[in-house]
Amino acid sequence: MENRLAEYWRKNISIVCALLVVWALVSYFCGIFFVKPLNAIHLGGYPLGFWFAQQGSEIIFVILIFIYYKLMSNLDRKYDVHE
Amino acid sequence: MSILAWTYIMVGLTFGLYIFIAWASRVRDTKGFYVAGGGVPPIANGMATAADWMSAASFISMAGLISFLGYTGSIYLMGWTGGYVLLALLLAPYLRKFGKYTVPDFVGDRYYSDAARFVALVCAIFVSLTYVAGQMRGVGIVFSRFLEVDVNTGVIIGMIIVFLYAGLGGMKGITWTQVAQYTVLIIAYLIPAIAIAMKITGTPIPQIGLGSHVVTGQHAGKYLLDVLDQLNRDLGFAEYTQAFGPGQKSMLDVFCITLALMVGTAGLPHVIIRFYTVPSVKAARLSAGYALLFIAILYTTAPAVAAFARYNMIDTLNDKPYTEAPSWFKNWEKTGLIAWVDKNNDGIIQYRAGKPFKGKPVFTGETGPLGQRLVKNELTSSPNELYIDRDIMVLANPEIANLPAWVIALVAAGGLAAALSTASGLLLVIASSISHDLYYRMINRKASEKQRLLVGRVMIAVAVCIAGYFGINPPGFVAQVVAFAFGLAASSFFPIIILGIFSKRANREGAICGMIAGIVFTAIYIIQIKFLHMKPWFLGISAEGIGVVGMLINFIVTIVVSSITKAPPKEIQDLVDSIRTPRGAGAAVDH
Repeated sequence: MENRLAEYWRKNISIVCALLVVWALVSYFCGIFFVKPLNAIHLGGYPLGFWFAQQGSEIIFVILIFIYYKLMSNLDRKYDVHE
Repeated sequence: MSILAWTYIMVGLTFGLYIFIAWASRVRDTKGFYVAGGGVPPIANGMATAADWMSAASFISMAGLISFLGYTGSIYLMGWTGGYVLLALLLAPYLRKFGKYTVPDFVGDRYYSDAARFVALVCAIFVSLTYVAGQMRGVGIVFSRFLEVDVNTGVIIGMIIVFLYAGLGGMKGITWTQVAQYTVLIIAYLIPAIAIAMKITGTPIPQIGLGSHVVTGQHAGKYLLDVLDQLNRDLGFAEYTQAFGPGQKSMLDVFCITLALMVGTAGLPHVIIRFYTVPSVKAARLSAGYALLFIAILYTTAPAVAAFARYNMIDTLNDKPYTEAPSWFKNWEKTGLIAWVDKNNDGIIQYRAGKPFKGKPVFTGETGPLGQRLVKNELTSSPNELYIDRDIMVLANPEIANLPAWVIALVAAGGLAAALSTASGLLLVIASSISHDLYYRMINRKASEKQRLLVGRVMIAVAVCIAGYFGINPPGFVAQVVAFAFGLAASSFFPIIILGIFSKRANREGAICGMIAGIVFTAIYIIQIKFLHMKPWFLGISAEGIGVVGMLINFIVTIVVSSITKAPPKEIQDLVDSIRTPRGAGAAVDH
């Protein structure tokens, strides 16, 4: 049982880390650090870096939380710790 | 029907609705009062969290700020949404499983220390009071502009309304009124945005319109953002979409401010407390998703509103004779939020980069030859002749787009909903911090349910009066202290809550040293920059972003001190194990 819980916690951490990598990528990398080179690419009338900063990050953040909800619900059931 | 009549109807109807909801959901026990009995469905909690979070600043000021800042305005868009990812992934499910009422509760129990509880309590009250003062002022301003009453009368009406539904319904009443307030504010924000997107770009979706072509006027056929870049260049501003140009913030500063706002958001007590109101850990995760969805609807519309407003403003005002200026220009000139000085006496409005005169306009009471209000301010050498307060961008939008009177009234009701919903959430945090954390947990452990409810209600009344006082006599430093609220939330709560969950080794000594080190550094830096007007000496990071450094200091100090002192006792380590597994999350308990 102890081991099962430790394993559950490790999987939980890896899900959180993977999602936080995406979180940092879209906001800090696409929206701030690489905004200038990305602005050379256009998405309709949007320079791409500008789009990530003012639209894309916000939309992807919402999707990330719903993915987290889905993944964790599955994980909880698999390790039999769901409510 | 006139705008004023419509405003009375809209505001009357929405206020009636809020009070009705509060009466229908009034509570008799402390659990209902502090955490709504733990039975709020995720989607409703998501809406309530969104209304709680989006204040008068989000509703009224944000689009105006972005309109003038262009790309740099992204710090608010990313900062105030990205924090919810941290909240959902790192805090909400665990705090829900922990299952107590307040943030100081978690800090006090996890670090088995009343000293830690007290530090957390003081931070929670300070952060919430800072915020609430600004909200009551917002209420007063909306009242005075749209209902044509005195600002002070407006603040007092707002105080009475908030007290009625917060005092009566506690968290339960607040939650259900916030659901209604979210509905009002989002409709009020979207209707003018959609109408203006149609008008300028021919598409009803503002988020798409921002990346589309302008359909009418002299710029027809070009992309809106290209037109704005061009206009900004021509008038001497930095390009609208350009990042980190001269006169703008550096990349490091943009990064730090964005991160500080994200972490600060995740550490704000009135946001965290919302996740105690849902029935389970799963529901806490889901309701964070809904909350951000509902917030993102407004936050992705805001940059479009900002760009439309700037385009409209330059297109309809710049290089046009004053006598031909549209009627909304003159309406807002009357409120003193727009002013024009004809520096070259040609009767034409020139809008350029730079300030037209020093400070905010001070009017002489006389009018010039064309009927413009004259100002006493000392003029600058800039060719710019136009003063525009950023806050009017959203409020004047419906008038700029020639929308009917009821839409203008709806925007007023939306602004009030945004300010009141945030104010009520903050007041509840203040009341619960004092009546639960201080009175019940630290002073009188034997207090009965009835006594504690009474103390809670009295504390709401006291907090409403303090907030009202600041609303009527706004301290000059409201704008400055907002940096404080986020900086303190980032440098105090966030690191020790994270470590409290993700490390079993973090202990009492570490947490107390860490919090104090983080807060002291952040507070000193902000005071130096904002009050003593020193230059930002730490890598050029502005006061708004320094919370990030404070947070790192807190993390490092907590980890180092914890590792050289005794590990937390066994029962605390078991507590950490228990909050990491969802099963067994009953309703929130109070002992």
